[in-house]
Amino acid sequence: MHRYIWLVPLLPLFGAAINGLLGRKFRFSEKLIGGIAVGSIALAFLLSVAAVYSYGFSSHAIWPETYVTSQDGAFKYDWIPGGAVRQTLGSNERIRGKGEEELAKKRATLPPEERNQPVAVGVFDVPRSSVLNVEWSYQLDALSSIFMLIVTGVGLCIFVFATGYMHGDPGFYRFFAYMGLFMFSMLVLVMGSNFLMMFVGWEGVGLCSYLLIGYYFDRQEAADASRKAFITNRIGDFGFALAIFGVIATFGTSQYGDVFSQARSFPLETLGHWGLLSWIALGLFIGACGKSAQLPLHVWLPDAMAGPTPVSALIHAATMVTAGLYMVTRTNVIFQHSQTMMLVVALVGAATALFAATIGITQNDIKKVLAYSTVSQLGFMFMACGVGAFAIGIFHVMTHAFFKALMFLGAGSVIHGMHHEQDLRRMGGLRKYMPYTYLTFLAGWLAICGIIPFSGFWSKDEILWNAAATRYIPVGWLVWIVGTVAATCTAFYMTRLVAMTFWGKERFLPVHHEHTPEHEGHLMDDHPAPEHHGDFPHESPRSMWVPLAVLAVLATVGGFVGISTAFTGGKHVGGRMNIVNFLDPIIWNPTTRYFGTHEAVDSYGKPLESVAHTGVDLVTQELEPVEAPPPYSSEGFNLAHAVESKLHNEIATEWVFIVISLLVAGIGIGLGFLFYVKDTRLPDIWAARLRPLYEASYNKYWVDEFYGWAVTRRVMDAARAVYALDAKVVDGAVNGMAWITRLSSRITGAVDQYFVDGLVNAIAAFIMRLMSPLLRAAQTGFAQNYALVMVLGLVAAVAMFFGADILKMVRNIFAIFV
Amino acid sequence: MPLLLLKFFTPALGFLFQEATSGRFTTAWQKAQHPDLSKFLTIGALLFIIGVAGVLTRRNIIVIFMSIELILNAANLNFIAMSRYLQDTGNVNAVAGQIFAVFVIVVAAAEAAIGLGIVIALYRNKETIWVDEIDILKW
Repeated sequence: MHRYIWLVPLLPLFGAAINGLLGRKFRFSEKLIGGIAVGSIALAFLLSVAAVYSYGFSSHAIWPETYVTSQDGAFKYDWIPGGAVRQTLGSNERIRGKGEEELAKKRATLPPEERNQPVAVGVFDVPRSSVLNVEWSYQLDALSSIFMLIVTGVGLCIFVFATGYMHGDPGFYRFFAYMGLFMFSMLVLVMGSNFLMMFVGWEGVGLCSYLLIGYYFDRQEAADASRKAFITNRIGDFGFALAIFGVIATFGTSQYGDVFSQARSFPLETLGHWGLLSWIALGLFIGACGKSAQLPLHVWLPDAMAGPTPVSALIHAATMVTAGLYMVTRTNVIFQHSQTMMLVVALVGAATALFAATIGITQNDIKKVLAYSTVSQLGFMFMACGVGAFAIGIFHVMTHAFFKALMFLGAGSVIHGMHHEQDLRRMGGLRKYMPYTYLTFLAGWLAICGIIPFSGFWSKDEILWNAAATRYIPVGWLVWIVGTVAATCTAFYMTRLVAMTFWGKERFLPVHHEHTPEHEGHLMDDHPAPEHHGDFPHESPRSMWVPLAVLAVLATVGGFVGISTAFTGGKHVGGRMNIVNFLDPIIWNPTTRYFGTHEAVDSYGKPLESVAHTGVDLVTQELEPVEAPPPYSSEGFNLAHAVESKLHNEIATEWVFIVISLLVAGIGIGLGFLFYVKDTRLPDIWAARLRPLYEASYNKYWVDEFYGWAVTRRVMDAARAVYALDAKVVDGAVNGMAWITRLSSRITGAVDQYFVDGLVNAIAAFIMRLMSPLLRAAQTGFAQNYALVMVLGLVAAVAMFFGADILKMVRNIFAIFV
Repeated sequence: MPLLLLKFFTPALGFLFQEATSGRFTTAWQKAQHPDLSKFLTIGALLFIIGVAGVLTRRNIIVIFMSIELILNAANLNFIAMSRYLQDTGNVNAVAGQIFAVFVIVVAAAEAAIGLGIVIALYRNKETIWVDEIDILKW
């Protein structure tokens, strides 16, 4: 199946190309455009499912031994060919990956004259060259499997939703063309087999994000937001690009398998030791910060809500913003080599989680609240990566994709039903009017608050537990405290959101008809639905609430693939259906220095002896949780250990943290209920009491203002200075050069006219005078003269060709007489 | 009577038969059927030289035309002679020369018509057909 995974990104691109290139010219109907877009995504989703099944779950599954790329099968395509770098013996040589004895065996089977040729049978034996050779191939492994399913699966729901949400929009074809292009880029990002393909996808999603945020480009706000997103991402991409250069300079290749198999044996870099891999990891993390809206570079994501709501759900919640997580997890070898960077990742994640959660409390725009919630949840994910729980980070990516896409689409449904009203203060009591939206939204709300057994509980609880129990960094307890406070805030503001939207008094009467461009689209509709202009909010059409229902189911039960070990007797149950086990082969273990924590499988090569010989069945085996601490195991205070030393029971310890996390979720929900349902005067009272804090949160800690002052103003000043320099000095120089050129041209013109031309005329006239009488004499004008010349020419020709024969003949004639 | 007749005419018949198969007349006739190529070429060369001399020396434009016709006929003669010669040497399909001759005749006719037209036009303008009085080619 891996031979056909190249179709997965191609299908959305194809759909986007049809819609984008032909949609306008041939006036495709909305049904056709929607059908093409949804159909291409659905096909890609089915292909992804088949690929993941064949990779991990079929009877011929190759999990967890290794990875496969699309180049291992059907065709090879060297994207940036750099010369003959790699030679393989057969189609699937690389994926088997063997050691030296295998290599020797291979060699022995070859004819004698070929035995000394380089033979690459595994990634370890790939002849390295100073010439960079980049292939365009898609890689199928545990991580890309999960991302493929998230991107195409959640993407499918959002596409279906969008056909309802964008109904009547004049740019329908354009929207779906951009969305398809985005899906293509995102799939290239997560399926590429090397850093450069990841970068292509990275830039592609950045472009599509820019295009889609600025979809309503006639609105100044949207245009500004799209530029802001693009420019902020450039800062991150700068770091990412440097990191890629670093990787290529260090390892001589950009292919994941080759890079990681080399990085495996690099020395570890402890806290404060800035080695090569730390710098590379720093660059990568700057890139991740830009794309995933982490603290210094988070400013673009809330503004990105100017785009259509399905875009917010797909790009700015479910998929694109998790690209940073994908990258950090993909390069976890590099990150785990650097304790410093692990600490940085954890602290930045924790800080972002709390920072964004506190802002989310006071925002009044429904999408802004969700945007800050997304930033906060991304912080949680980075927290997980920073404390060494990469699989849990990806688990949270997945559950977050479910419940946040659900909530964004729910918000979209509300906005749709409320005639494009986004202000929470003008909603309330929508439960009656939008039952489906309400019920599905409740699932998302419980999931993000972390109520058992909704999906968010499992992932968030695991993150906090791993933070408390981490041995990667010395301040796990601090991360845990910050994360717990952020989780409380999350529960509070999400309860506030639900209460202000769906519960309580109806504050939207009378209806405000604000003719935003989004609204104008509906007015231009061919079939204006009467309910669009009714006085009351209405439930959305079926194409919108069915995806909501699907996502609600996922948000409810999706967490069971990562069920906490406290519930299962300390084991990751379920074989490879458990996400921790499934992702295990791509996580590097600093102790064994191989990939995979439980099994001795190095993932990018061969299974280790123990497994190969014991023949453990990886399908049914229930795997032991991570026990091996990294060699740089921190000496600092460890919260989980402190609790465990009192309880003398690991599972009980985990239960303590589960109870705490449920408790804080309950506190958050209870406070939200108290503030926004029981006594609606309380928010104003407390806002007045905590005026400075409220102001800070409401104004987003003035980060935008600070950037505006510290960066934008400085840049503008510099630009002005450079402009002045340009106008005065550069233009002056150019104009001066022009003056000099004119002067010199006048001089040379005179020289040319009087001296050169004069000379030429004199010489020409002399020759003319000399030659003309002769030539004139030849031109008599008598036809007979010319004929005579012709005859003479003929005679000459005859003499030339037959002269010898004629002479001989004449001689013979004379010989007769003599 | 018949015998008498036979007696009288037998020598004559024999003579006739002999003459018909290999007699001098027959041989001469046969030689005339297959004349020597070089004679034709000689005549053709003479015609050609006469024609060229005429073109170069005569002043009357009509005579020059006639000389040109001589040149063309010299060429025709060569064509025919060569064609016949090739046929005699066994290549019975060598008729290209004869066909060429026909073409040359046609072209000569056309050329004469146009040439005489030019002469008339010239005469109307210059009142002369003497070529040494026509030197406007140099202008």
